[in-house]
Amino acid sequence: MAKTETRQRHVELGLSDDDVLAMYRQMLLARAVDERMWLMQRAGKIAFIISGQGHEGAQVGITWPMRRNQDWMAPYYRSIASALTFGMSVEDIITAHLAKGDDVSSGGRQMPGHYGGAPYNIVSLSSPVGTQVLHAVGIAMAAWIRGDDVVAMTSYGEGTSNQGEIHEAMNFAGVHNLPVIFVCENNGYAISVPLEKQVAGGNVAARAQGYGFPGVVVDGSDPLACYAAAREAHDRARRGDGPTLIEARVVRLTSHSSDDDQRRYRDPAEVEALKEQDPLARFSQQLREMGLLADERDEQLRAEVKAEVNEASKRAEARPEPSVAEAHQRVYANPIPGGGTATTAPAGTEGH
Amino acid sequence: MAELNIVEAIRLAMDEEMERDERVMVLGEDVGKKGGVFGATDGLWAKYGDKRVLDTPLTEAMIAGAAAGAAIYGLRPIAEMQFADFVYPAFNQIVSEISRFHYRSNGTFSVPMVIRMPYGGGVHGALYHSQSNETYFTATVGLKVVAPGTPADAKGLLKSAVRDPDPVLFFEHKKTYRLFRAEVPDGDHLVPIGKAEVARPGKHLSIFCYGYMRACALEAAEILAREDGIEAEVVDLRTLRPLDTETVLGSVARTAKALVVHEANRFGGFGAEVAATIAEEAFEHLDGPVTRLAGPEVPGVPYHHDLEEWFMVGPAKIVDAARRLAAY
Repeated sequence: MAKTETRQRHVELGLSDDDVLAMYRQMLLARAVDERMWLMQRAGKIAFIISGQGHEGAQVGITWPMRRNQDWMAPYYRSIASALTFGMSVEDIITAHLAKGDDVSSGGRQMPGHYGGAPYNIVSLSSPVGTQVLHAVGIAMAAWIRGDDVVAMTSYGEGTSNQGEIHEAMNFAGVHNLPVIFVCENNGYAISVPLEKQVAGGNVAARAQGYGFPGVVVDGSDPLACYAAAREAHDRARRGDGPTLIEARVVRLTSHSSDDDQRRYRDPAEVEALKEQDPLARFSQQLREMGLLADERDEQLRAEVKAEVNEASKRAEARPEPSVAEAHQRVYANPIPGGGTATTAPAGTEGH
Repeated sequence: MAELNIVEAIRLAMDEEMERDERVMVLGEDVGKKGGVFGATDGLWAKYGDKRVLDTPLTEAMIAGAAAGAAIYGLRPIAEMQFADFVYPAFNQIVSEISRFHYRSNGTFSVPMVIRMPYGGGVHGALYHSQSNETYFTATVGLKVVAPGTPADAKGLLKSAVRDPDPVLFFEHKKTYRLFRAEVPDGDHLVPIGKAEVARPGKHLSIFCYGYMRACALEAAEILAREDGIEAEVVDLRTLRPLDTETVLGSVARTAKALVVHEANRFGGFGAEVAATIAEEAFEHLDGPVTRLAGPEVPGVPYHHDLEEWFMVGPAKIVDAARRLAAY
């Protein structure tokens, strides 16, 4: 029975067998990149890593309907799978984490996990949480003003959902029915503080009602459910019907970051139990029930992904380091030569 | 050439830029039908409609943050903070985001936007409608900060700010809005960002000022010439960041004495940067202590008329400070 139901489900969503396998492969790829970067961190090649493990199902499912080079994304620090799905390459992501000079996100200027890429319509991300949500709303506002067929998507954690800027963003998006999708990836912890100590009412999606647009809760370990919610949100935005808030209930399989140890504040049994919700395991099981995946194909996909990450890592590591001589450049887009202390380069370096 | 006051010049600059470039739009509180609390956007809503002259909720972070998003997308937003005093909810967006996008993306993102802010006292606005808080922003690398003192500069600098690919904070002293009229060149009158102007040449000392202080310094210079025979050179900085050090140092080389004047409080104020630049780079020209005249060290402009008058920097205080410096 389960087999038939699942098969119907993805067909009803307009997804082919190849589509769902591609989604699965994308999740495998994101996980492999993530795991590789932890290894590189432990090997001393990367100073810091902040992980998306456990969020891949939500990120791949929700990003899947987004149109590359047309829509926009303002991601957050766990958005490895989202960034990959929206066009960034594995090499881009590893290059950024190695802070190489030609890293597309920042040229080695930003910490790991600060996704961004002008060629991909992925807004450069900072560290204060929630600021990017207003940028997505501003992009949606601009598209609405210009009459462009563009949807902006932004993601953040449930800890960030309490920031004042989120309220300002959602209120404004609601007033004008802007084409934006708010994605709250709720993994139950803001670093060490559990949901019940951070979110009054325990339900982020319910807040959307106050802004006059739908808020939906989805199982973030079920990529097809995430895809369905995102596609509906995307259609709604394109129709001019306004924003949607998607709260994806996900699991954080790792500590907050490489500088954190979640054993200090989480019961080991709780962490162990999370593995049952691992979106990769869940989706793999679903695909097997659908008759789309068997051991052989799974192993083949994993081998492909591993080879891709190996190759990308090699290429990324061979890229040039940033030049100290350029550290004073690209401060202003239009510097004023000799214009005074604000733009004058230190002696011995070039100006802008 | 038309005779305009500063608020009319600002309105004209926005109107011309919106007409010239359909990417230019205005957003802020009460900027639409009402035309802004100071009337700076009066008539624009009727001409350009709801979307390009956009009334926002009372959400300063949203005004700045959404303007940044729109600028990244390709628009040229002009955001209005109703008063500079109310910009602080947007501080995170301006300082963490808007100022750093270009640098942190290695030059691949730019944020071409303007934030207009009425600042300054002398209008019975008390602690929360009178602040001169430019120093928070002049201290932030990645921003350009402009403060015009004449209608022609207000128009020319605002038009340049709209066309600039970087974020520009545009400080408008609200007491100057309707203080006087002066000739404003018609059409595409652009004043470059980063260029100071010698508003009145002199030889005995230099007075560095911006915004409303320009009018005050010129009045003081008139008194000094008439009553003391002191020829004060008045230098209107016009742009605070980047500072036009060439013009500043050139003036000090001529006069050997520097008085820096602003309404914001002295401690760590913008005058400290000007004074330090002069001390470092024009030491051998100096024939007197680099002097600052600034607002008092209180948290804001107090309300009562007598208290406000005590607070404000004006021609009389400038004359006093200049006489002491000239006698040195």
